[in-house]
Amino acid sequence: MMRESSATILSKGLWSDNPVFRQILGICSALAVTNLLINTSIMGVALIFVTAFSSLTVSALRNITPLRIRMMVQVLIIASYVIVVDMALKAYLPDISRALGPYVGLIITNCIIMGRCEGYARNNPPWPAFVDGLANGLGYAFVLLAVAFVRELLGFGSLFGVTVLPESFTRWTIMVMAPAAFFVLGTFIWIANTYWPKKEK
Amino acid sequence: MANPEVSAFVILFAAIFTSNILLVNFLGMCSFLAVSRNVRSSLGLGFAVIFVMTCTSGLNYLVYQHILVPYNLVHFRFIVFIIVIAAFVQLVEMVIERYSPFLYTVLGVFLPLITVNCAILGVSLFLIIRNYSFVQSVAYGFGGGVGWMLAIVAMGGIREKLKNSPVPKGLEGPGITLITAGLMALSFMAFSGMIPMQ
Repeated sequence: MMRESSATILSKGLWSDNPVFRQILGICSALAVTNLLINTSIMGVALIFVTAFSSLTVSALRNITPLRIRMMVQVLIIASYVIVVDMALKAYLPDISRALGPYVGLIITNCIIMGRCEGYARNNPPWPAFVDGLANGLGYAFVLLAVAFVRELLGFGSLFGVTVLPESFTRWTIMVMAPAAFFVLGTFIWIANTYWPKKEK
Repeated sequence: MANPEVSAFVILFAAIFTSNILLVNFLGMCSFLAVSRNVRSSLGLGFAVIFVMTCTSGLNYLVYQHILVPYNLVHFRFIVFIIVIAAFVQLVEMVIERYSPFLYTVLGVFLPLITVNCAILGVSLFLIIRNYSFVQSVAYGFGGGVGWMLAIVAMGGIREKLKNSPVPKGLEGPGITLITAGLMALSFMAFSGMIPMQ
């Protein structure tokens, strides 16, 4: 297989093969944590960390992992990193850890990470795998922040907890609640597919 | 947070309607989007989820309270839960393959999908956070499964009809499914006044 440069891998993860828009992976947490920008950014950082390092580890161990049990090995690697993230959040950011609730643990079953381990890290050397994990994590965080931006701005009239819209602006309560997450993400996917249609392979 | 006096029945009802695991907590979206193309496969996956979710929520509760808490290993709960779920799914697959070829043809293809369904792990994590008792946990697992199946079967039915509808090109596939799910979530919010708890 041809080696791609780090820049190509980055741009693929961020945009042309973006995990959320293009591959529709990792939707659960994309919907659940996007009502406040603060929570979303922490979640994004956590996911970038876990994807990048589990891709690195899976790739470093790729030659000694027995093929038949590789899924189990990958899950264990991912789970170990998630435990690190969970402990760090509990220690340094207890409020956010409580707000994110089970969704930190659910990073384990986030299909993006598994997808990158299985689809890329397993067959590539550690450095490209690390960049690939990083790029996909960034792509995920980028979409989440975009969704959270719309939801927090219209739902609370604020950005990162700072009120930016005047009091006279009626808050869209619906934006804070579950259905709006579906609407906003659905609309984003619609826009992306209309203006930047997927290249046919 | 959770009130130990809440009866298991209330939790069951809440998990099905007011805090539907899929439409309110967004758990299990990946398989929801991938499998809900028609009613038939939605039903199959739905039943498999109900079964696995009920059993693993009970199992994980017992493992957590009787192994992890006494030995002070709660930080390893993610690893332990996922292993319990994976092992259980594997076991069920082997048992029904051996004893019930009929069930195997109905559920077999869906079982491996379930290991990575975040709804199963999510339910186990929620019941720890909310301090449920054993009976409450099983009720929550069962209710969560039924609620999940209700949502995916409804979506399967809608998508069967959508196939013949003129949907804008860019919205086809995941886009329209997400927006439909949003409308479903809106209608499920109508239940929210019925039970004064999450």
